[in-house]
Amino acid sequence: MKNEHLYNYILGIADNSLILGQRMGELCGHGPTLETDIACTNISLDLFGQVRSYFQYAAKIAGDGRTEDDIAMLRKERDYKNVLLAEQPNTNFAYTIGRQFLFDVYHLAFLAELQKSSDLTLSVIANKCIKEVSYHERFSSDWVKRLGDGTEESNQKMQEAINDLWTYTDELFHQTEADKVMVEEGIGVDVTKLKVNYYKSVSELLEEATLKTPESKWFQKGGKQGIHTEHLGYLLADLQFMQRAYPNMEW
Amino acid sequence: MTNTEQNIEEVLIPILAKVSDPEIPVLSIMDMGVVRSAVIVNDIVKIEITPTYSGCPAMDVIGDDMKKALQDAGYKSEVNLILHPAWTTDWITPKGRQALEDYGIAAPLDAEADKSVLLEGKRLVVCTNCGSQNTRLVSQFGSTACKAQFQCDDCQEPFDYFKCLK
Repeated sequence: MKNEHLYNYILGIADNSLILGQRMGELCGHGPTLETDIACTNISLDLFGQVRSYFQYAAKIAGDGRTEDDIAMLRKERDYKNVLLAEQPNTNFAYTIGRQFLFDVYHLAFLAELQKSSDLTLSVIANKCIKEVSYHERFSSDWVKRLGDGTEESNQKMQEAINDLWTYTDELFHQTEADKVMVEEGIGVDVTKLKVNYYKSVSELLEEATLKTPESKWFQKGGKQGIHTEHLGYLLADLQFMQRAYPNMEW
Repeated sequence: MTNTEQNIEEVLIPILAKVSDPEIPVLSIMDMGVVRSAVIVNDIVKIEITPTYSGCPAMDVIGDDMKKALQDAGYKSEVNLILHPAWTTDWITPKGRQALEDYGIAAPLDAEADKSVLLEGKRLVVCTNCGSQNTRLVSQFGSTACKAQFQCDDCQEPFDYFKCLK
């Protein structure tokens, strides 16, 4: 492939949205209230829509007959380059919200930079996505505040979720091989530069939510290299089942 | 590349105006502002539409409906989805806004007011049922990606509000 770095770079971005979108979609019919159920599935829908734009572009770059669906559905676990944070399960609603919040703050800052990409398609996609993601970030940060500054129990559960998910946040700012090349070419976002502001924004909101910012300095990594937590396999089994069982099926 | 002008051939307007958003049947796609260009090249109508939200499932249906309407009028057509410039609620025409209101969906406020109703709980959205401004946000996300849920505290009617996208 001529443009392998660009292809891998796009997949790195899109896989986060795909896997997180699938996680949020699991809430369909299972949200704690009708309104939150609809909100989570709306977010899922936005993310899947964004993924389609990225994968259509990636398929064009691959130029070997692969379609957006092949890229989404027919890769093996190790070929998915999403961050570990995105694949963490919906243990309870605090985890769903915590995961979404910790990702949204990053996602918003990332897209703001990607808008400036010298690659016109990526900049246009980012320009479209950022409007939707700003609604996601409002929703998740609103709920972090509501649960953190709610009852004793909701505070405790929200704190527990943030503490557990914290270990996956540092990976957001790791550069892959494709990242480095793309940053050099003016196409990619230098994620290392987003880190300071990220932790500042997150800490400020946690404080507002009467939650403690975790002090742990030990972080998990591996998702960007395809080394995932055990949760991803189960998620993919669900995501890919129809295409695996009935190859090339269409709705 | 910041072309916000529409380029639609006169003769195609009445045909395309008959196609509506499947989720909001009273709203013509022409009044929604999603058709960015429609030109006849070598007897084929080439259309560019832009999605409201990335994941909006209505876009595929709208594309098919447009092709059908044009076929009925004797045209072959091609529909392409473009992402730039990104759609904004500012492109909904005054007629479109009125159609939304009549249908029970409050039309989008300007960006500033939108932020204050969705984030700060300000009561600015006017109830589509009784006209009261004593309304509150129930959820930032509604029955489709483009709407939020509201309720009127005077007549108690729940209704949708079309979120501002800019």
